[in-house]
Amino acid sequence: MENNSVPKKRPFSLQLDLSKFEPATEEEKRQQDVMSKSTTFFRDGMRRLLKNPLAVASLIVLLLVIATIVIAPMIVPYGYEEILSVNGRRDKGAKNLTPFEYSTAEKKYIAQGNSRFPHIFGTDEQCRDYFIRVVYGARVSLFVGFFASIIVLIIGMLIGSISGYVGGRVDLIIMRIVDIIYSLPDMLMVILLSVVLKEVLTFKTGSVLASLGTNMISMFIVFGALYWVGMCRLIRGQILSIRENDYVLAAKSIGAGSARIIRKHILPNCLSVIIISTALQIPSAIFTESYLSFIGLGVSAPMPSLGSLANAARQGLQSYPYKLIFPAAAICLIVLSLNLLGDGMRDAFDPKLRR
Amino acid sequence: MGRYIVKRVLLAIVTILAICAITFFLMHAVPGGPFNREKALSQATIDALNARYNLDKPLFTQFIMYMKGLLRGDFGVSLKNGREISAIIGESFPISARLGLMAMLVALICGTVFGSLAALTRNKLPDRVIVFFSTLFTAVPSFVLATLLLLVFCIRLGWVPVWDANSTNYILPVISLSAYPMAYITRLSKTSMLDALGQDYVRTARAKGVSKTKLIFKHALRNSLIPVITYAGPQIAYIITGSMVVETIFTIGGMGGKFVSAINNRDYTLIMATTIFLASLMVVATLVCDLLYKVVDPRIQYD
Repeated sequence: MENNSVPKKRPFSLQLDLSKFEPATEEEKRQQDVMSKSTTFFRDGMRRLLKNPLAVASLIVLLLVIATIVIAPMIVPYGYEEILSVNGRRDKGAKNLTPFEYSTAEKKYIAQGNSRFPHIFGTDEQCRDYFIRVVYGARVSLFVGFFASIIVLIIGMLIGSISGYVGGRVDLIIMRIVDIIYSLPDMLMVILLSVVLKEVLTFKTGSVLASLGTNMISMFIVFGALYWVGMCRLIRGQILSIRENDYVLAAKSIGAGSARIIRKHILPNCLSVIIISTALQIPSAIFTESYLSFIGLGVSAPMPSLGSLANAARQGLQSYPYKLIFPAAAICLIVLSLNLLGDGMRDAFDPKLRR
Repeated sequence: MGRYIVKRVLLAIVTILAICAITFFLMHAVPGGPFNREKALSQATIDALNARYNLDKPLFTQFIMYMKGLLRGDFGVSLKNGREISAIIGESFPISARLGLMAMLVALICGTVFGSLAALTRNKLPDRVIVFFSTLFTAVPSFVLATLLLLVFCIRLGWVPVWDANSTNYILPVISLSAYPMAYITRLSKTSMLDALGQDYVRTARAKGVSKTKLIFKHALRNSLIPVITYAGPQIAYIITGSMVVETIFTIGGMGGKFVSAINNRDYTLIMATTIFLASLMVVATLVCDLLYKVVDPRIQYD
């Protein structure tokens, strides 16, 4: 081209020689297209989570545990507080059976041509099927862990977002309260509250609350009263940083109210942090519950929990060690897989949090 | 710095006061007075007892009197056996403190050693073994570990005699108490050691030919200990909590065991005194650790 044949005005100028270039072919143009499909936040996190073998393994274990505790009570024909009986008569020989052992009465019953469901984990000292007790114990533990985390999440989210968003004097007062609760030794306070609430709370028999039992309710109150502070601090910190973003300013300038901004703009942006810390809260709640049950402050008597089963197993430790092994293994398995899953979620959903 | 210390000390004092108030008022919310026995007492006796222990006064006055007593080190008397609570604490606390300190030392030393070892052999066999066990032990509650240890080593193998009041064999309780903090410290010091090894000053030291031992111990390890110190303070809380069940399992006459039996006996004054004592101890320990942290790492901002 003649343009290029023009001699350079200055010897050092970057005048390009266009004849050295050629237009891109259609195929080459296509290479510039975005390679990956667009994904949502959740799908992207899940993809990364499913690449982590430990997290997948613990997810499978957890699903198996949940399937067991849901399905087992339908299959096993014994109740968790049912004292075993054969042909309508109390089976006094079914005390402390080893796993898969039948009592004399049951053996006779089977010899008559009837079938009898095996005692997979044996029986306890009160002639109750131990497998179903462990299953119900795991149910209680998971239930407490899950709901305690939800309660902590709701209270922490509410107060944390108010404190972070409103700021000023409200924030100052809330943060002082949080500071004090945070420095209270949690376990001692939990024990103290459980001792007191156990005595103070009474419910009408037959109501939903009464069927849960005072101990369970007091445990939820305790979790709600003490453990929200961590979540509250976390969400407040998140909000303080997100609040300064331009899109919040934009929303404000077109007249969006505080509630809408918190709901639509701020909370979705700290969702990953919230999910992760809730997930990590569950195993610690299960830990606390099993401690409380172990020292006799957990769920009320006929209802088993993994901690109270382990505590009860101490009596006959010498002769029936498997009674300790089963609930103990269940606690360890559940907490371990929840921990690993929580760690995996942290890595998958928020790389910033990785330690 | 001065302002920070004052602020933290004030917060600690407020916390301790809050603990005393919460404990006192919660315990008095429990229905049934301390003199509710199986055998009914005559009204005159109850009145006399109430007057003797100031229970006829308004609740707030009682609280003030209780606090005054606390300042003099007077925790009142146990409801169940009438003994001075300060005497009970005086004889049981040293046992718990010794047990707790031993467990803490074991956890700190083994934790940092294992953590550093894992960081130095990253992705090799020792690292994998250490990570496996530290993950496992963060999922085992101390009461499970304690009971299993008791079962295996005392009952089945008979290597360690079952604990009695005069025994000085702390091996099993210390192991079961220190397992969880040890696992946690291992994970913590592994990450901070890896962090320290990646720092510029370590590269500089290596470039100028510092020997590997000196590099690890003088440059990397010292700096990796900082997060461990912050963790150690609140950890005392865990040790105390864990020691409640561990002491109960091994029937050690320490404070933890006393606390659990006080709960089971509904001995409210003893529960109150033990809670206040242990809680204040934890608050002070956390405070000391936080202040120490600032001294060790001058980079930390004081606000």
